[in-house]
Amino acid sequence: MTGAATADVTGAATGTTVSAEQVVEMSGISKAFSGIVVLKNVDFSLVKGEVHALAGENGAGKSTLMKILQGVYTADSGEIRVDGIPVKITDTFAARAAGIGMVFQEFSLISTLTVAQNVFLTAEPIERGFLISDRVARERTAAIFADMGVEVDPAAPLANLSTAYWQLTEIAKALAQNAKVLIMDEPTASLAKHEAEALFELIGRLKARGISIIYISHRMDEIYRIADRITVLRDGAHVLTSALSSITPAEIVEGIVGRKIDGQLEWRERAASAGRVPVLEATGLTSGARVRDVSFTLCEGEIIGLAGLMGSGRTELVRALFGIDALSSGSVKIGGKPVTIRSTKQAMARGLALIPEDRRSQGLVLEHSVRDNLMLPLLDRTTSGGFLNAQKIVSLAQTLISKFSIKVSNPTMAVGKLSGGNQQKVVIAKWLGTEPKVLMMDEPTAGVDIGTKSEILDMVRAIADDGKGVLFISSELPELLAVSDRILVLRNGEVVKNMVRSEIPNEEYLQLAIQGA
Amino acid sequence: MSTTTSVFTKPLSAVRRVDWRQNVIYIGFVAAFLLFAITLGNDGFTTPNNLLNIVRQTASISVMAVAMTYVIATAEIDLSIGSVAGLSSVVAAIAISHFGTVVGILAGLGVGLVIGAVNGGLVSLLKVPSFLVTLGMLGLVVGVARWITDSAPIPIADPFFNALFGGGDIGIIPGLLIWALVFVAVGALVMNKTKFGRQVLATGGNQTAAQFTGINTSRIKFTVLVLSGLAASVAGMLYAGRLQSGRFQWGTGDELSVIAAVILGGTSLFGGRGRVVGSLFGALFIGLVNNGLILAGLDVSQQQIIRGAIIIAAVALSKKK
Repeated sequence: MTGAATADVTGAATGTTVSAEQVVEMSGISKAFSGIVVLKNVDFSLVKGEVHALAGENGAGKSTLMKILQGVYTADSGEIRVDGIPVKITDTFAARAAGIGMVFQEFSLISTLTVAQNVFLTAEPIERGFLISDRVARERTAAIFADMGVEVDPAAPLANLSTAYWQLTEIAKALAQNAKVLIMDEPTASLAKHEAEALFELIGRLKARGISIIYISHRMDEIYRIADRITVLRDGAHVLTSALSSITPAEIVEGIVGRKIDGQLEWRERAASAGRVPVLEATGLTSGARVRDVSFTLCEGEIIGLAGLMGSGRTELVRALFGIDALSSGSVKIGGKPVTIRSTKQAMARGLALIPEDRRSQGLVLEHSVRDNLMLPLLDRTTSGGFLNAQKIVSLAQTLISKFSIKVSNPTMAVGKLSGGNQQKVVIAKWLGTEPKVLMMDEPTAGVDIGTKSEILDMVRAIADDGKGVLFISSELPELLAVSDRILVLRNGEVVKNMVRSEIPNEEYLQLAIQGA
Repeated sequence: MSTTTSVFTKPLSAVRRVDWRQNVIYIGFVAAFLLFAITLGNDGFTTPNNLLNIVRQTASISVMAVAMTYVIATAEIDLSIGSVAGLSSVVAAIAISHFGTVVGILAGLGVGLVIGAVNGGLVSLLKVPSFLVTLGMLGLVVGVARWITDSAPIPIADPFFNALFGGGDIGIIPGLLIWALVFVAVGALVMNKTKFGRQVLATGGNQTAAQFTGINTSRIKFTVLVLSGLAASVAGMLYAGRLQSGRFQWGTGDELSVIAAVILGGTSLFGGRGRVVGSLFGALFIGLVNNGLILAGLDVSQQQIIRGAIIIAAVALSKKK
């Protein structure tokens, strides 16, 4: 490297004038994977002690840009400066040496080790020449947590802790390596409201210590709540960088999707309003400790939103209905007829379908083709004489692909190669192919960009217009309010509120009902 | 400090819960010992000689189980160890008769080193699943051992080798017990108190996370498979010393006993947890059961049935839920 020319760093490359100290400056970053350009001449800068939001649709290049900063990928061209000094980040070691720490969305922790063992993994304190000391590691970990202002038992095995603690451990791990920059990728995705609040406070404390945070999120309210500046990427290119005080949410969304989106997340009257014929009647359902005495009636063409905190029993309720977890008491009627459901196969035969929470691990066989995934629940209908009928499969798959506008060039492409939103469409299409009477969806828009999100919500509305009953679980309240005819609020496995949509004046009202305030 | 800090506080009792599955081997060991001591006391089960015999017979299993603990903790498997033990015993026997003790021992160890390196190379560089690599190696190595010996035993007439690797006692303590204890002591120390051990557990616990943390997981996998090969060759020479001959059958089928011992000992078949001392007790437990069943008058076929049932029970118990 030639450069000692560090004096005249102005941040002009980002189009903003920043007088504060530049911690990271990435300029003209380009990257292509086997000929496909994913980043085109992108600029990004980070000031000491700021929270800088990074936004964009899935596939816009956010994670690639961050992986270049962490040394997972190497840029094809462009320059990275840390503290004004040009650096070559060729691998994760170099990134860590430069003070870049990552709080991974899909965590980089080992569940079988303890908190302290994870915090000091590969940097274990050594005593007597070569023996690692877990005791010293625990003490130092406790000190780091004390600095962060949180209490975590350093000796606890990670496997026994919830997601919120995993995240704290990730942050402590980065701080133990003296990270000046933390990259947080959708950090609140799996946190309950109060845990997210605690995280925001922690971010405030880290900022005060001069640590800079790159904050990747789809959630506008969070971005406005904690970020100082925002950079938006679209199709691998830099769209805008701005202080949040001088930009409106509409401008950000327009930057993200490249067009104006009006009222996608607002309640809309549907073509057909909810019917009066009950399709699913649940009485006194109890299953394990998480579902207690739940009763409700779902009508044809109705969308019921299930609201509640993590662990409130929403997922467990649909699992029990779908025959995954056993019911200890209660009864279910479908189409007015009492039914018993002891397996998922029976549930499907009775006209139920469940789109599970984690599409990658529970909903799709990622290495298999789009077509094979679509056909999996429909194999009974595509056989002739005991053998699969190729013609039927091809035409049925094509029908589903065009009906749900899944963007795929070739149905034989592996589903793992599609974007998150398109993967979710495949999951939905796959289950709707079974023509269920009741569709249960658990967080169908999690980790999906805003454009696809509104498409999915439109799909949900269309499904209900088609006369099907829908149980819709979501942690994003604007979404619940946008599609639900009725909202059930669950707390500790019990239904504490059963509200018609028109009774709910605004999001705050629903939030309070969920929190139990 | 703000009021929200309490959000991240959890009662210690909730997180410090001891998983009984990890310690079930010690309970099982004591229970089996007491059961046999009571029912077979009159048949000589509790005589010092019988108990030392159990130790002698399980020394090879214990040595291999220490290394297998590392392999399984990285979420890999080594099925070739039994046949590596057999080949090492015959190669050592042949080399001793031509070139003397030292060359014989080095040749025996060389067998484990080479086969372990081939296994490790295929698994870590070519990403072939260890199950397939070592399954193929199992057959290949037996074939080599039979071929170079014409399937005949090779006697070892070297008193020093036989004393070092088998027959010798120090006072009343069998040399084989010392071999097993040294392997277990070193193995337990390295697993629990060194960076290498921690990286082994991290690799098996979550390979991607380990890589992101800067651990060269390929090198870890290569190393544990080499260690497994070396331990198998030591085990083969322990058979050769005790039985004063090299023979391709030594160690045949040991991979099943060793894997059962490791799983019984509390090591997770899914990786990330490794308990070396537990593996020793797993091996002793299997030796205890074999010995007790013989004294109880069961024949080989019945022993096999019971051992198979124990392996199934062990794996069922090691499952997460």
